[in-house]
Amino acid sequence: MTESFLVFPDPAPPDIVRQLDFDGYQWRAVSSVEQLVEAEPEEGWTGAIVDITDNSEKAWALCRELRRRDVPVEPLLILASGSQLDELAEFDELFDEFMVTPFHSKELEARVRHLLWKAGRGARPELVTYGDLVLNLETYQAVLDGRPLDLTYMEYELLRFLAAHPGKVFSREALLSQVWGYEYYGGARTVDVHVRRLRSKLGEEHASLIQTVRSVGYKLGQGRW
Amino acid sequence: MERQNEYVLRAVEERGIKLIRLWFTDVLGQLKSVAISPVELETAFEEGIHFDGSSIDGFSRIQESDVLARPDANTFETLPWAEDGSTGRMFCDIRQHDDSPFEGDPRYVLRRNLSKAQDAGYSFFVAPEMEFFYFGDGDPSHPPELLDSGSYFDLTTSDVASDLRRQTISVLEAMGIPVEYSFHEDSPSQHEIDLRYTDALSMADQIMTFRLVVRELALERGRFASFMPKPISGMQGSGMHLHLSLFDDNGNAFHQEGAEYSLSTVGRQFMAGLLHHAREITAVTNQLVNSYKRLVMGYEAPVWVSWAQNNRSALVRVPVTKADKTSSTRIEFRSPDPSCNPYLALSVILAAGMKGISEGYELPPELTKNLFEHEPAELRKAGLQPLPTSLAEALDEMEKSELVREALGEHIFEWFLRNKRAEWTSYKAHVSQWEMDRYLPSW
Repeated sequence: MTESFLVFPDPAPPDIVRQLDFDGYQWRAVSSVEQLVEAEPEEGWTGAIVDITDNSEKAWALCRELRRRDVPVEPLLILASGSQLDELAEFDELFDEFMVTPFHSKELEARVRHLLWKAGRGARPELVTYGDLVLNLETYQAVLDGRPLDLTYMEYELLRFLAAHPGKVFSREALLSQVWGYEYYGGARTVDVHVRRLRSKLGEEHASLIQTVRSVGYKLGQGRW
Repeated sequence: MERQNEYVLRAVEERGIKLIRLWFTDVLGQLKSVAISPVELETAFEEGIHFDGSSIDGFSRIQESDVLARPDANTFETLPWAEDGSTGRMFCDIRQHDDSPFEGDPRYVLRRNLSKAQDAGYSFFVAPEMEFFYFGDGDPSHPPELLDSGSYFDLTTSDVASDLRRQTISVLEAMGIPVEYSFHEDSPSQHEIDLRYTDALSMADQIMTFRLVVRELALERGRFASFMPKPISGMQGSGMHLHLSLFDDNGNAFHQEGAEYSLSTVGRQFMAGLLHHAREITAVTNQLVNSYKRLVMGYEAPVWVSWAQNNRSALVRVPVTKADKTSSTRIEFRSPDPSCNPYLALSVILAAGMKGISEGYELPPELTKNLFEHEPAELRKAGLQPLPTSLAEALDEMEKSELVREALGEHIFEWFLRNKRAEWTSYKAHVSQWEMDRYLPSW
């Protein structure tokens, strides 16, 4: 699912959207209540970041509208200047969190992530990627070169573990205890079997993604450093 | 809910699976399937699926007919050829109404034997060589139509059968069934696909899947694939040689540096057990009347209970392995054919081998001569025993076997004997074309 934030006003404050872009969120800016419907993405808003510093009246009107909806837009983060802090008391019910401008970009990132987490949406899906390989830890999907892989649970877990530690060599025993988590029926040879199955599913072209390290074990790809 | 189950539920949602087939196997090794929709899946995991077992060969007697299919989440795969890949499948364990294991379930029988071996510290690994024929159709009323005239290792380009084999391999690989080799076998239209070793339970599941994939893909192209052990008189039959090894905490228990053929004492004892009980387990590894038409002299099928390192007429072979590949030391058991129930066949094979270990059987001397070149009388004199020559003889041997009774459990042991005796009785009363051709003109 794409995360799409509503940002007020339009044009959007550059320091806000720069951070959103950096964190991989989508956003759309609006400057009035009227623009809301047209700008709304199909899957709805993930949340809203409203900067009240320049036009607080319009900003609160927008917040009120967002909260009045059948499905209120949450979470709602307010950016206010220090002199506006008193004003916030009147509108407590209209927002979930606030930040004082000027802000540090890391603070915005942290607050957005924490708000999404509090809203039970766990921030962006957690991904493990290596090259063309993407593993979505939330949906258990594995995609290689844009092609979804049909993996069994243990194949997925093994690939996830290897991809999370690119370039690192693991012995069969280490993989067994890290991935299977216990002395699995079949012993260390189970690892060989699963690696071979994974390679067959990755396809000939990508079979070498998981490399056998002679008399040691396996690794996925090269280290990034 | 267990994470595996959750994973499957997620996968079904994410991959747009519309139908889930729950697979299990009857006592004769026929694949059975119950289809459920994704909305029923969670209940299937939690409670299992109830069905009437009395309609399944070898399952319940009428008074205890209700059984429970519990899907094994570890076996979830999509079926790449079926309905745009929107069909998934899982193998099931069959349980009794009160959720205790069901004695008539072949998968349970194998699990039970594997866990016994596990208690002794061993896990059982298997790699089969699957042989089969492609025919024009599956109509038994006329002789099978061969699709090519190739022979062993022939590279017959652009023919239908080789295309089919290639396509089959890519489907198998996509389903996580890695293929080791594949080639054109000895006879015209005969093919072999060798699967890469895995633990015995997964392998039994894979063999069931393999037989279905091969047949389904052939049907899609208007052809017919057959695992009948001896479909054509005068040609090689189809076998299912099994490469076997045991692993323990220290690795391959069959391997011993410096030993003859690198084969450890455990390996030799396992092989001795297999040879010692070979005649008793043959009814299970070769379960059709037709199976015994493959096990005859003059073809590359074993006839005598014997072993050798590199002699293809022996019942058990010790394949040559690279000196540095300790994990590949193994033995090859050559009598089974692909019509067997893989769960039951692997159960009795494991039981025979484990008996050899627990009793410390002595391995008889290696047979180095080519058995094909010797007269039966000569071989008997040398103390060699033949494998059973008919289903009836094999059943007699099985009936006397405590080992097979224990390995299969009372339920399946009794049912199998009854069912197979009936098959033999029906066959025995049949007057064949051979008899007409041979006797009618003169008598």
